[in-house]
Amino acid sequence: RHGHAGARRVCRGLLLLLVLVLLEGSVVFPLGAASSPDVDPRGHSEDRAVAEESQNYSKKAFPVLSLDYHHIHVPFEIALWVLLASLMKLGFHLIPRLSSIVPESCLLIVVGLLVGGFIKLAGEKVPPVLDSQSFFLCLLPPIILDAGYFLPIRPFMENLGTILMFAVVGTLWNAFFVGGLLYAVCQIQPGNPSDLHNLELLPCLLFASIISAVDPVAVLAVFEEIHINELLHILVFGESLLNDAVTVVLYHLFEEYSGAGTVTILDGVLGVISFLVVALGGVLVGAIYGFLAAFTSRFTSHVRVIEPLFVFVYSYMAYLSAEMFHLSGIMALIACGAVMRPYVEANISHKSHTTIKYFLKMWSSVSETLIFIFLGVATVDGPHSWNWTFVTVTVLLCLVSRVIGVIGLTFVINKFRIVKLTTKDQFIVAYGGLRGAIAFSLGFLLEEKHFPMRDMFLTAIITVIFFTVFVQGMTIKPLVELLAVKKKQEAKRTINEEIHTQFLDHLLTGIEDICGHYGHHHWKDKLNRINKKYVKKCLIADERGREPQLIAFYHKMEMKQAIELVESGGGFKPPSALPSTVSMQNIQPKKPAAAKPVQRALPQLPKGREEEIRTILRSNLQRTRQRLRSYNRHTLVADPYEEGFSDFIIKKQKIIELEKKIIHMNNLTLPAAPPDSPTLCRARLASDPQAYRPKRDSVPTIQVDLASPQSPDSVNLMDEFRANGSRREEEEDQGLTMRPRGEDGRREQLTRCLSDPGPSADEDEDEPFLP
Amino acid sequence: MLRPRALRTGCVDLGPRGCQRVPCAWCARVGDRASRTGRAGGAAAAAAAAMGASQTRPEHRHQDLADRTGFSLEQIKNLHKRFQQLSGDEDTISKENLESIPTLANNPIRKQIIGAFFDKRNQHRGEAGSCDQIGFEQFLMVMSHFRPPTLKMTAEEKEAMRREKLRFLFNMHDTDNDGTITLVEYRKVVEELLSKSGSIGQEAAEAIADAAMLEVASTNVPTMGPDDFYEGITFEHFEQILKGLEMESRMHIRFLDVDTTTMRCGKSTS
Repeated sequence: RHGHAGARRVCRGLLLLLVLVLLEGSVVFPLGAASSPDVDPRGHSEDRAVAEESQNYSKKAFPVLSLDYHHIHVPFEIALWVLLASLMKLGFHLIPRLSSIVPESCLLIVVGLLVGGFIKLAGEKVPPVLDSQSFFLCLLPPIILDAGYFLPIRPFMENLGTILMFAVVGTLWNAFFVGGLLYAVCQIQPGNPSDLHNLELLPCLLFASIISAVDPVAVLAVFEEIHINELLHILVFGESLLNDAVTVVLYHLFEEYSGAGTVTILDGVLGVISFLVVALGGVLVGAIYGFLAAFTSRFTSHVRVIEPLFVFVYSYMAYLSAEMFHLSGIMALIACGAVMRPYVEANISHKSHTTIKYFLKMWSSVSETLIFIFLGVATVDGPHSWNWTFVTVTVLLCLVSRVIGVIGLTFVINKFRIVKLTTKDQFIVAYGGLRGAIAFSLGFLLEEKHFPMRDMFLTAIITVIFFTVFVQGMTIKPLVELLAVKKKQEAKRTINEEIHTQFLDHLLTGIEDICGHYGHHHWKDKLNRINKKYVKKCLIADERGREPQLIAFYHKMEMKQAIELVESGGGFKPPSALPSTVSMQNIQPKKPAAAKPVQRALPQLPKGREEEIRTILRSNLQRTRQRLRSYNRHTLVADPYEEGFSDFIIKKQKIIELEKKIIHMNNLTLPAAPPDSPTLCRARLASDPQAYRPKRDSVPTIQVDLASPQSPDSVNLMDEFRANGSRREEEEDQGLTMRPRGEDGRREQLTRCLSDPGPSADEDEDEPFLP
Repeated sequence: MLRPRALRTGCVDLGPRGCQRVPCAWCARVGDRASRTGRAGGAAAAAAAAMGASQTRPEHRHQDLADRTGFSLEQIKNLHKRFQQLSGDEDTISKENLESIPTLANNPIRKQIIGAFFDKRNQHRGEAGSCDQIGFEQFLMVMSHFRPPTLKMTAEEKEAMRREKLRFLFNMHDTDNDGTITLVEYRKVVEELLSKSGSIGQEAAEAIADAAMLEVASTNVPTMGPDDFYEGITFEHFEQILKGLEMESRMHIRFLDVDTTTMRCGKSTS
């Protein structure tokens, strides 16, 4: 408890400190704190100051230290906000108990409220933090790109129909239901002093269309914490992404016509067309930029450092281009990320992939934090006009329309779905419909002169957001537990699952073909084939990037094991997450299989040669150890991915080469398949088998190295790596003969890799990342 | 709408050597039926339903099949149309018929898929081995493994369905019907799976199969001495490793149901 309280105190202290710093920025330098609108008078005073200074130039000494806060105040304050957001995020992770009860988004809003309150208390003008410019151009894109780039495409496409139904029809229904009823409620109260009855229908509808869209930021923030199963997650999240097009069209439509006051049928038709243009245009723009990015990444193999930048810049360009035409920027970003990812990942280096991943995660989490804090700040700041009737009716209508919409739509959808949505699913989908900052920013965009009720709208929007984020966001987790909704299984994919996923795909395609009914699987298969045949050839430079998914998966898995191997200090570890003693020899058939190639049978080794091999292996082991120690010494969180893997590959290759050399040397006439098992044969590699027995405390790497290339095909697999270049082979030879120069060189290279991913270090990792 | 079929689920639990000795009325009378309705061509079943008293038997048989396989009458009619189209209006279908489907030519596991249709283990009649020709009932039986689960299924029924689907996959892998998938058999599976991807595929296949086998072994039998031998994947182990795949909701296709809404309403009352 003490620790808990302590942590909280520390956190509070941090918060205070930060707020102080922030206020200092505003109070101590009153000149700087006056925010942008009144730049002009300041400019004058500065001019005057300059003039004075020039007059008294001769008298004054050279200013050793001068202060010009205004010069830096915008970036400085931005940095302060970001720092505040990051520290808050850090703080919440220090208090695990609090964050297990209250979702982070709620805490962040509270922090925002506090900060806003402090700024207000200090008598300062609260900066318009969540204005649409900064929100839509800076804060939103990273979150959406992160979501789009890492979108689980498979479940998304499988449920696309349902998602679209919820996103399009559901949002439309919400907008018109809420808007219509809200208008009706406003009308039946002519005696209300707050001139609600003056509200026209169109502003009502506009307000409803703003408030009815589910918000991706809020959904992401809450759903990431409750670990719900994939289907529900993609349903709610997909809806929140795709309803953007509807919102954009409705917003512009109603905004356009609330001035005119009437909407004709033609306008309705135009609205529908406009929706199609906005949605499909957004996707098209995104896809074009996505393909461009993929195509560009084809040629970046020599300039690895800027690879991640291409991904970000192209995506941002897609977003901006879409926004330029008032197309759906969110859909453009999603399409761009989803389209480019498979190709880009096959082209770029592994480090670039890690960079992309980290940058996206970093940006999106900071953006998200900032958005929630800003929501709080804007709440304190905003001009409010609280109207009980309007706010209560809005909240109630939002809830009711969401429930009715989901139930009604599911009823229709379930007629077509094969995996039906249960009542529990419907409840979670309805309950997960959180509103968020997008609605607020859209509301903020409204102009005061066209919408005299803007303040009331904003207040109602904030109330709905707070209600959904606080009440629904906080209760959804217990409810998920209570209803025993299926959770996401955390286990990583195993190779067996991957094999059977592929197998199932082909099986279902085949069965569909036999049925003569061209369903989803058939078209998916066709698309896959086109993709493999044409698109991949254009967009992926490396031959290996085009290998089938299963093999790619296998390579990735092997890489992971290699890392584990390196991380565990080269100890003996079976390629499985579980601690088990099962090794390759347990599953190899004991009897000599006829299919086994003759080369597998290793001949006896002369004693001297064998000794040599052992020294080499041992020295390699030492080298690995040394390197590992250097990782530890600098307490670098090792990204041994590439280093480890290439190391592993090199070691493997050495063994293979050794085996080949031995075969070559010892017998020009290959013996026929020996009577005993290949395992035994390999054991006989050493004439005294003691040395080779897998004793864990003795030299363990020998076992590892031997266990891995046991099957002849993994040998062939490794040959592929060898094909990567003869340069490496030379390097290996150096390693084999243990020239000290080679070792030093490698070490040097290693440190370089760790500190700065320069191009020279990258030469070592030509393997592209395999998705 | 689809009634739970206790017989069928019970059968699944007992495995391939299970129970259910339902006399195959279809096969016995399929000859004379075809002689009458065969002329009508593709629309045989639909026409038969409308033609009157003398033609009610196929309708009955369809009902009987519907009860046993869980398909709706509409689906059976559609599948029957397809069956006749494939067989060229014969009563039975042979491997060649299936192999000649053009869209199937690109499927890497075509051989195994076709093999599964002629595998007696998938007929729930406790026989093993394969046959050369299958009738419509057998065809339907195989297809019934690909039915989607319904909302009204209880947990046990879902579990039974999952086992049934898994058993189907298992039988596809276990070619010699000895109850285990050996390494050789598993390698064959992966090899087939990668057979369309050229030489890389062939080279990688064995390594992948080995890794997969190793994974199965270490998941299910975590401790093994150096001299122990893991013979192969039993059905229990197979179930274990594919737990995460949610087979019951994934292994299905959409069977054509022409007059979807009306037929469904009609069926639920029947």
